[in-house]
Amino acid sequence: MSETGLAPQSESQAQSDPPLVRIVGLSRIFDLSKKWLNRMLEGGGKVMLTAVDGVDLSIGRGETYALVGESGSGKSTIAKMVVGLLPPSKGYVTIGGIDIWGERDATTHRRLRRRIQMIFQDPYASLNPRWRVGAIVAEPIKAFDLISERHARDARVGELLSLVGLDPRDARKFPHEFSGGQRQRIAIARALASNPRFIVCDEPTSALDVSVQAQVLNLLRDLQDRLGLTYLFISHNLAVVRHVATRVGVLYLGRLVEEAPAKTLFAEPRHPYTRMLLDSVPDIDMTGRERVPIAGENPNPISPPPGCHFHPRCPFAFDRCRVEAPAFKPVATGHAAACHAVEEGRI
Amino acid sequence: MSEIVAPANIPPAPRSAFRRFLDSDMFYSFIGSPVTVVAAVITVVLVAAALAAPLIAPHNPFDPASLSITDSLLPPAWSHDGTSTYLLGTDDQGRDVLSTILYGMRISLSVGFASVLLAIAIGVPLGLIAGYSRGPIDALIMRVADVQLTFPAILTALLIDGVARGIAGPQAYNDVVFPVLVLSIGLSFWVQYARTVRGSVLVEANKEYVLAARLIGLRPAAILFRHILPNVLGPVLIIATINLALAVITEATLSFLGVGVPPTQPSLGTLIRIGNDYLFSGEWWITAFPGITLAVLVLAVNLLGDWLRDALNPKLR
Amino acid sequence: MTPTLSVRNLRVEIPTRHGALTAIDDLSFDIAPGEVLGVVGESGAGKSITGAAIIGLLEPPGRVAGGEIRLNGERIDNLPPAQLRKLRGKHIGMIFQDPLTSLDPLYRIGDQLIETILTHERISPAAARDKAERLLVEVGIPAAGQRLDSYPHQFSGGMRQRVVIALALAADPALVIADEPTTALDVSVQAQIIALIKRLCRDRGASVMLITHDMGVIAETADRVCVLYAGRLAEIGGVRDVVKRPQHPYTAGLMAAIPSLGDALGARLAQIPGSMPRLGAIPDGCAFHPRCSFAFDRCIAERPPLYATACGETACFLRDPQRVAAVAPSGGAA
Repeated sequence: MSETGLAPQSESQAQSDPPLVRIVGLSRIFDLSKKWLNRMLEGGGKVMLTAVDGVDLSIGRGETYALVGESGSGKSTIAKMVVGLLPPSKGYVTIGGIDIWGERDATTHRRLRRRIQMIFQDPYASLNPRWRVGAIVAEPIKAFDLISERHARDARVGELLSLVGLDPRDARKFPHEFSGGQRQRIAIARALASNPRFIVCDEPTSALDVSVQAQVLNLLRDLQDRLGLTYLFISHNLAVVRHVATRVGVLYLGRLVEEAPAKTLFAEPRHPYTRMLLDSVPDIDMTGRERVPIAGENPNPISPPPGCHFHPRCPFAFDRCRVEAPAFKPVATGHAAACHAVEEGRI
Repeated sequence: MSEIVAPANIPPAPRSAFRRFLDSDMFYSFIGSPVTVVAAVITVVLVAAALAAPLIAPHNPFDPASLSITDSLLPPAWSHDGTSTYLLGTDDQGRDVLSTILYGMRISLSVGFASVLLAIAIGVPLGLIAGYSRGPIDALIMRVADVQLTFPAILTALLIDGVARGIAGPQAYNDVVFPVLVLSIGLSFWVQYARTVRGSVLVEANKEYVLAARLIGLRPAAILFRHILPNVLGPVLIIATINLALAVITEATLSFLGVGVPPTQPSLGTLIRIGNDYLFSGEWWITAFPGITLAVLVLAVNLLGDWLRDALNPKLR
Repeated sequence: MTPTLSVRNLRVEIPTRHGALTAIDDLSFDIAPGEVLGVVGESGAGKSITGAAIIGLLEPPGRVAGGEIRLNGERIDNLPPAQLRKLRGKHIGMIFQDPLTSLDPLYRIGDQLIETILTHERISPAAARDKAERLLVEVGIPAAGQRLDSYPHQFSGGMRQRVVIALALAADPALVIADEPTTALDVSVQAQIIALIKRLCRDRGASVMLITHDMGVIAETADRVCVLYAGRLAEIGGVRDVVKRPQHPYTAGLMAAIPSLGDALGARLAQIPGSMPRLGAIPDGCAFHPRCSFAFDRCIAERPPLYATACGETACFLRDPQRVAAVAPSGGAA
C-alpha cells in the first residue's frame, strides 16, 4: 500500500528515467458564441476562446513542476485537462504511459484515476459542507474499493488525518468547524486516500494566511519526501514557487513562454515576461533593487494580440514579434524560451 | 513533520442530537421570536386536532345515517336558539359545524401535504437533472416549466379534474377524487421547486467538492444525489412550507367551486361554499367558523415558513 | 503637529448570544499628515474591522464600545449618523478590496464620479464633469473624456480599481483608507496600483491607512506599520525597522514565514506552530503565548502593555526595560 520514499531525483537520473507525465500539444478552445438564434437576430460571429495553445511539457517522477501564470494564462484549464476533468481540444496527456482520454479499457482507466489526485485553491468550496470530515476523506477509498471493511477503513481515515497533522477524532466533525488551513489539510488527506502517485496542486495556498501557508507548504514537501509523490504545482506567486519547485514553466495567455530548472529560471531568466514577473514581486527584503514593473494589463484572452501575445507590453518587441508567434526553442540544457529576441541573441 | 498545537483539553464528548438542536442558533432564533412560537403552536394544535378528529369530534359528519335534517341550520351554542350538542351550530344538512371543521381540516391538510410531496417528487429531480446536464435536456425541461407557468394553478387543477371526470364517469369518479385532487394540485406547483433547485445546482456544480467527486470517477447520478442534493434542500424546505398553505387554499377553492371533494365529505372549502348561500339570510356561522379556521391555519403555516427562510439564510445569521 | 488620524484605546465589540466578543482590544495609533501607515495582520486579526470602525461602517451588531477616534483633532466616533455621512467621502475616502462590487454596475463611471463630486462640493455639473475627467487622467486611464461614458463592466480589473481610487480622492479627503486594494488583482497590476496610490496621496498631502495581509506591499509602500494579532496591537514602528528587526516574536515569525526571492532555493519555510485564536477563544495573558517559543510565566498570567523600543512600540514582556538586560538578541526568528 504505501510507496517507498523516493528522494527527488538528480538531473542525470531524471534524464534516463521516462517522465511520469507527458503533455504534448495540449490545447483547449472554448466556444463562447451566443446561441444560434441570437447570432441570427443580433449579428456577430462565433466567439472562440483559446485558453490553452499547444503546450508541451514533461514531469519526471518525484519532481515538482511549477506552472506559473496570472489570470487568463490557462493554468487552471491545463490542470483540469491533466487530471481528466476536461477533455482537450487538441493534443494529449499521458500519465505513466496511459492517455486518460484515449483509454478505452475500463479497468485501466480506473487504475489510472486512482493514481491522480488534485488539491484545489478554495478550502471553503473544496469540501462538501454537509458531509462529515471522515466521510469526505473515506470517499476515494470507497470509490476505488480499496478497503471494504468498515473498521479498517475508519482506521485508515484516522491514519490519514494524523499524517496531515490533525486529530483522528476530527473525523466526526463538519468542515465549517475548521479554519482555512485545517480544511486544506483535510483536502490533502482526501487526496492521499487513494494512494496517488501524481497530485496536481492548483494554487493550494493562495487563499491562506502567510503563516498557515508556510505550514501547508512544508506539509506538502514532507509528504512528497515520505511517499514519493510527483507534483504539478500551479501558482501565480514566484516567491512560493522558489521554495517548492524543481522545474518551472511560465505561461502567458495559453502559451508556454519559458521553461527551466528552478535554479536557472531565478538566476538567469531569459524571456521578457519572466523577467518582468520577477520584477513585480514586492521587495520584502527591502534591498531597494532596481525594478521595471510591467506596463499595461493582461489582454483579454478572447482576442489576444497577433504574433507573440506579449509584444504590446514588451520593451524588446520589433516587427517580427507582431506577425510571427515565436517557437519554443532551447537556450541551454533543459532551458527553453519562446522569444524572437532571445532566439536571435539580442537579449 | 509539521506540528500543530495539541489541544489543551480533550474535545468534549459529542452531545446528543437533541442537545445540539436545543443549543443551535436556529432554535435560539425560534425561541426569540414570539410570533413564530405562537404560529408553531397554532399549527401543531390544528394539525393534532385534525389527526385526532375521529377521537375528539362530537359527531361524525360523514356518516349520513347520523345526520338529522331536523337539526339543520341551528345557530352556535351560545346563541339564543342553539344547543350544546352542536357547539358551533349546524349546516343545511344537519352536520355539526365543529365536527365538520375537524374532519374537513383533515381532508384539507392531507390533500395539502400529499400534493406538496408530489410537487417535490416531480420538481426536485427535474431541477437536479436540468441544472446538472445543461444543454438540450435543460432547455426542454425549462420550456415545459415555462408553459406550465402560463396556466394559473386553479385552471390547471380544473383542467385535470375535468379530464378525470370525463374519463372515469360520475360513478367511478368518486372513488378516485382524492388522488385526482392531489395530482391536479401537485402538478400545478412543481415548477417552483424545479426552478429553485436548478438554480442552486448551477451554483453548486461548479464548486470544487463536485470536481473532487468527478475526479475519482463518480457517476453523475451519484454526484447529484449524494453530493449536490443535500446542499440544495434548504430552499426546498422553505418553499414547501409556504406551498402547504397555498395547497390548502387551492383545495378549498376547488371545493368552493364545486369541483373538489364530493359533497358527502365536505372540506373547509365546501363548508364555506355551503355557508355562502346562507350568509345573507342570517346563518353566518356556517361560513364564518370554517373561514376563520382556514385563515388562521394558512397564516400560521406562512409565518412558520417566513421564519424558516430567515433562519436558514446564512447571511442573516 | 496634529495627526490626521488619532486612535486611542479603541475597543470594538460584537454582542452575541454567548456574550460580547472583543474584536478590537485597546488599540491606539496615529497617522501623521501625508504619512502611509500599514495595518498588517492575518485573517481574523481585526484589520478590516479597524477600518470599518474609523469610517463608521461597522456591520451591526458590532459596535465601538470604547476609546476615541479623532480626525484632525476632532472626535468622530460619537457623531450622529447624518454627520458621519457628511464626513465620509469629504474627509475620509475609502478604497475597498473588490473593484467589481465597489462600483454600481448600472451607472456610468462618469455619473458615479460626478455624483460624488457634487455631493461634497457646490459647483456646476459642467465643472464637476471637468473635474471627473481630470481625475480619470490623474489615475492613468487613457482617453478619459470618452471613458466617462463607459460602464464598469467595460473596464478591466486594474482599470476599475483606478476608477475606485479616483472616486475615493474625488473630494480631496485628508485620509484615505485602503482595505486590501490589490488582493483581487493580478501580480503585474498590483505593483502599478500600489505605486499609483502612493504617488497620488503624496501629491495631495493625504494620509493613507493601508490595510493588508501582504507584507510585501507594506514594505514597498508604507512609512510606518502596525501589526495586529487577535484584535490587539503587537508591534508598531517604522517599516524598515519592523521588517528587518522585528521586536515582537509574532512579527519575527511572520517575517520568517514569508517566502521571498532572496531565500535559498528550495528551502523549507519557517513556520509558527498552531493558528491565531478565534475571537471567542483568546487565551489569558498575552494572546500569542501558546505559539511563542520565548513565552515564560508572566506571559501566561498578564497581558503585556506597550513598551517603547528603539524604533516604535511593542506589546511583549521581552522588551520590558527591566528585563532587557537578560533577554535574547532582538529580531531573532522563532
